[in-house]
Amino acid sequence: MNPLDTEAAMKPASDSILNPAAPARQEAPLLTVDNLKVHFPVANSRLPFAGKRMLHAVDGVSFEVRPGETLGIVGESGCGKSTLSRALIGLNPPTSGRILWRGKDVAANGSKRDPSLCKSMQMIFQNPIASLDPRMTIERVVAEPLTTHFPGMGAAQVRERVLRIIERMGLSQAHLQRYPHEFSGGQCQRIGIARALISEPELVICDEPVSALDVSIQAQIVNLLKDLQRETGLALIFVAHDLAVVKYISHRVLVMYLGRVMELADKRVLYASPHHPYTRALLAAVPRPDPLRQRQVRATLGGDLPSPLALPSGCVFRTRCSYADAACAQQRPALDLMDDGAEVACIHPQFDHAGEKIAAHRL
Amino acid sequence: MSSTSTTSNSTPLIEVDHLAVRFTTPNGGVVEAVRDVSFTLHKGKTLGIVGESGSGKSQTALSMMGLLPPNGAVTGTARYAGRDLLTLKSAELNRIRGDRVAMIFQDPMTALNPFLTIERQMTEVLQLHRKMSRKQAFEKAVAMCEAVRIADARRRIKMYPHEFSGGMLQRVMIAMALLCEPDVLIADEPTTALDVTVQAQIIELLRDLQRDLGTAIILITHDMGVVASLCDDVMVMYGGRTMEYGSAHQIFTEPTHPYTIGLLDALPHLDQDGDSDDQPLRAIPGNPPSGGAAVLGCAFAPRCAMAQERCASVRPDLAGFGDEGVSQRLRACHIPLVELRPDLRVGGAV
Repeated sequence: MNPLDTEAAMKPASDSILNPAAPARQEAPLLTVDNLKVHFPVANSRLPFAGKRMLHAVDGVSFEVRPGETLGIVGESGCGKSTLSRALIGLNPPTSGRILWRGKDVAANGSKRDPSLCKSMQMIFQNPIASLDPRMTIERVVAEPLTTHFPGMGAAQVRERVLRIIERMGLSQAHLQRYPHEFSGGQCQRIGIARALISEPELVICDEPVSALDVSIQAQIVNLLKDLQRETGLALIFVAHDLAVVKYISHRVLVMYLGRVMELADKRVLYASPHHPYTRALLAAVPRPDPLRQRQVRATLGGDLPSPLALPSGCVFRTRCSYADAACAQQRPALDLMDDGAEVACIHPQFDHAGEKIAAHRL
Repeated sequence: MSSTSTTSNSTPLIEVDHLAVRFTTPNGGVVEAVRDVSFTLHKGKTLGIVGESGSGKSQTALSMMGLLPPNGAVTGTARYAGRDLLTLKSAELNRIRGDRVAMIFQDPMTALNPFLTIERQMTEVLQLHRKMSRKQAFEKAVAMCEAVRIADARRRIKMYPHEFSGGMLQRVMIAMALLCEPDVLIADEPTTALDVTVQAQIIELLRDLQRDLGTAIILITHDMGVVASLCDDVMVMYGGRTMEYGSAHQIFTEPTHPYTIGLLDALPHLDQDGDSDDQPLRAIPGNPPSGGAAVLGCAFAPRCAMAQERCASVRPDLAGFGDEGVSQRLRACHIPLVELRPDLRVGGAV
């Protein structure tokens, strides 16, 4: 489907070929990530000749993204979610593991990434103003993917497509000759989305796309991304630390901690009955906009993240986990499939009894 | 729910009256960042100031602390224990700020001096305000770091800011602000830069400290969840003006201003089941005002779904309403309460 197709934009959601609430599970995955690792060598400042240590930013992550689905990735700062999204788009070379696009390796060991992939996979960045070149007009910013990937396209056609997408984003022709500093944060993010979508990608990776925006603007952008997905069957990887926004936009959610996957489950399963102690702690820590309920919720997770240079043995979360025992230090837990379809990397997965609330649990 | 602070008879610690902040720009323009803001704060209470970027919430706090840049001018009064902070000489102000009225800044990474150890920055406060010896000050600083649960404080206090994580630095900032056991703590987005798990720890910490020391807190934030977990009273600001004022319970359960309703509606909810996620979020259309243009009527009128003709031309006054015996509520809106969304209408108050 054509993302610029205004007829599709008019259709009600129920007429859409893809029902975004339940993407077809049997469809072949667009993107397959298999045991991806991104390690960075770090010099030791105290012992300059001691050799470099490895920082395990992403440490063995596997998942799939199907057409038309949104995969949310959540975790605290330093958990590797941004490094992961940068590795997927090709900005950080993976140390090992494979990234498959429609079953084909994007960079079979040693070979360079196929540049034509950029058409199908695009990215929206966190800081909407800094991610636009301040010396380019909005027209040039948005047209650049077309002039790069479709060199044969005529100037008139480029202009027409820029205008169509910019109008779909709620901006007008009058904005095209202006520069990024003349726009507010929310408008810049709309321009960033226009740039990402103009080459008609099948997958867009959004790295904290609404974190820098005010609440009222955040809702506009989230609604816009959801509408675009409904119109075009676009797949999204939505990286964020705001658990409520991720719940709202995602179909499945992946929880990361220190570069590893803790839990990967359908949104409805993950938020209703999280199994991993870390997922539970994260959800319990979110302050709810309800003054009556809120006062009872207590901080549930002590301490700070361990250094990614010296990861704990076994389960990386065990140093902050209240269920941890000696067995947790022995070996790294694999992702286990639960009855409800959730995949959980924990040897003591937790289950809720019917009707019980997460906040009431010992964590 | 606590709504006593607005009706309490004791003299308030902080009384801000008709505060306005104006900036002159290099090309001769004037930006009115804060217009006619008034509030009071009592001992042991927390006032939340909520609003989007550019609403004037941070400038309100900075002007009270005498921290406006040279092109900023403030009018009105801001009394602490009867003395107007805005007219004090800087030597007198220095005896109050950092000692009786302390501030926590949004970004701990940039608010601390990268060239000095945490110890040097903390003991300086005590040596200046309390005339303590370096040794006494060191012991007190270590004790305060332990109070905000910095593990291994005696060793870590000798480190430089870059050796701490964001959450730890925010604790250092809080410890530093509390060293002289201030009566009033102004916290400007104290948890915005932090992860949710660390944020929960800091919220709990502020709650405990308030219980133990009776500190009054002015909490500036845009996060409605943080407001709900800490504040007794809430002031909602937009375009430099107060839109609505009431107890936290009232603001969340019976908001009476279209902007407050819009803010609450725009939030996705964590605890609702997945089906509600198929409904679009109720976003507020348009963009926040930039502050430069003079506004005749209500600042929110251009984005307000319920705006009427006079909203654009006549500014609504901030006026009390509701049952005066229970608590005082204020709103600045022309639209009668009965015309607001029925499910959010104030029960029996009109």
